[in-house]
Amino acid sequence: MSDSPLDWMALANKKAKGKRPEFFDEPEDDRIYSILIALVGEVSVLRTRLDTVERLLDEKGTISRDDIENFAPNREAGFERGALIREYILRVMRGPIQAMESLQEQEPPIEDVSRELKEI
Amino acid sequence: MSKKNQAPVDVAPPYQAVARHGVSPKPSHDEAARFDFLANFNKVLSGTLGPGNKLAYDKRVLPTFKKEHGREPKDRFEIRHAMNKDPFHQIWSASKRNSMEMRQQNGRAMVLRQLDELDAKARALNESVPDTLELNPDVQVPRYQAAVDIHCMPGSYHGEERPGDVSAGANYDCGIFATTAGGLGALSDGGGAALADWIRKERPGWTPRRILDIGCTIGHNIVPVALAFPETEIIAIDTAAPSLRYGHARAQSLGAKNIKFIQMNAEDLSRYEYGHFDWVQTTMFLHETSGKALPRIIEEGYRVLAEGGLMLHLEQPQYSDEMPLYEQFIRDWDAFNNNEPFWSAMHALDLKGIMQKSGFAKEELFVTGVRAVVDRSIFPEAPTGEAEDHGRAAVWNAYGAWKGGKPA
Repeated sequence: MSDSPLDWMALANKKAKGKRPEFFDEPEDDRIYSILIALVGEVSVLRTRLDTVERLLDEKGTISRDDIENFAPNREAGFERGALIREYILRVMRGPIQAMESLQEQEPPIEDVSRELKEI
Repeated sequence: MSKKNQAPVDVAPPYQAVARHGVSPKPSHDEAARFDFLANFNKVLSGTLGPGNKLAYDKRVLPTFKKEHGREPKDRFEIRHAMNKDPFHQIWSASKRNSMEMRQQNGRAMVLRQLDELDAKARALNESVPDTLELNPDVQVPRYQAAVDIHCMPGSYHGEERPGDVSAGANYDCGIFATTAGGLGALSDGGGAALADWIRKERPGWTPRRILDIGCTIGHNIVPVALAFPETEIIAIDTAAPSLRYGHARAQSLGAKNIKFIQMNAEDLSRYEYGHFDWVQTTMFLHETSGKALPRIIEEGYRVLAEGGLMLHLEQPQYSDEMPLYEQFIRDWDAFNNNEPFWSAMHALDLKGIMQKSGFAKEELFVTGVRAVVDRSIFPEAPTGEAEDHGRAAVWNAYGAWKGGKPA
């Protein structure tokens, strides 16, 4: 077996065999949404990294890249970081979450409310 | 962090809490953070947003369907076609599919970046005990494993980035955490740990002479059983060499020395005589076979099972007339959106009937529930009911039988 060098960055992106379902009415929307969710993930990674830096600075006052790479949260910190991610996800997924909420109650258009208020 | 006046917050454990073994890929800070995002994203998709699918169905999709057709949907497929047009379900499904794809991309990036080290570690472990890994290049990857890449895993269980590598096994192993949000425990082996736990209660004091694990992939469900029965000779088979290479090295590093990993297709177990094994099992495997292969595997399993022996198959619950069509539809999501093309048909099969046809008597069959056994101080209890992540829930049905009846 030869351990030939791999372009792992490119290979990581390989498509799985099997036709991808289209979820939205326009295929472009599927492409854009994939970029958007990947970006949402990367912002979360940045925020977690910042949390690591903050925790290390709190603890030691100074840090190295190695400190960041080797940081493993204890139980409490692990939970706090999980909660931070959850809060972030709930914030960026506000649209779908509110769409779900609006399914529970039929609301009249604001235009109708406006007409009503004029009369009372 | 349970502060006063705050509801308990359901978060996934950090990826850094996952246990490492001899061939675990080592995550960089950001690679761990990517899995932390995905684990929590999946929790929100199943727990927070999942119930929105049912709401959309009840409030919007079902009334429209009834208006258009003048009747209720007749099966889960009609519900799927109708739901696929609903804007809420569209964005939920798109989110979930992307989460699955990102899990693969993130896992592959981590594994392929350090593949030289991983291959070297696996090779060293495998070469130190060559007798318990038997690869056979003549074994063909069956069509049901090759038609698509199962659960959107590029290369599936058998793909190689270069000859003889362990990338497929390592990528599969590391990402189970993200898709199950830690629900399978520190070594993603909560299913196997549950089996070991279950058999000790079901038949205290029993030590099987030989166990056959079919479709073992990386062995994460057989290692806990092997550790529970160190005297038992265990044969773990799969058609995918890269997963076996990784699984054998992993088992060795975890101290499970009594498993022999063999590249073999379970449709033909002619290498073993009638009654060779005391226990024949699959865990989350039957749904990755096919309509004709599945009964053949069960028949072969029956043949090699000893009198008084146990056959056990761990799967998500089978669909039945009692299961509401909506639930069948949502349980089917992976079939059509996460490359599990036999999932839907398999879950509608009469498994008990197939087992009877293979030779078991009706009264020898049983179905029981099995829940993942994990360290609950770190890993969360898997949600059930509406908030469960259908298809990945860490609770299963075990479809089993004692050949000739359970020994007293």
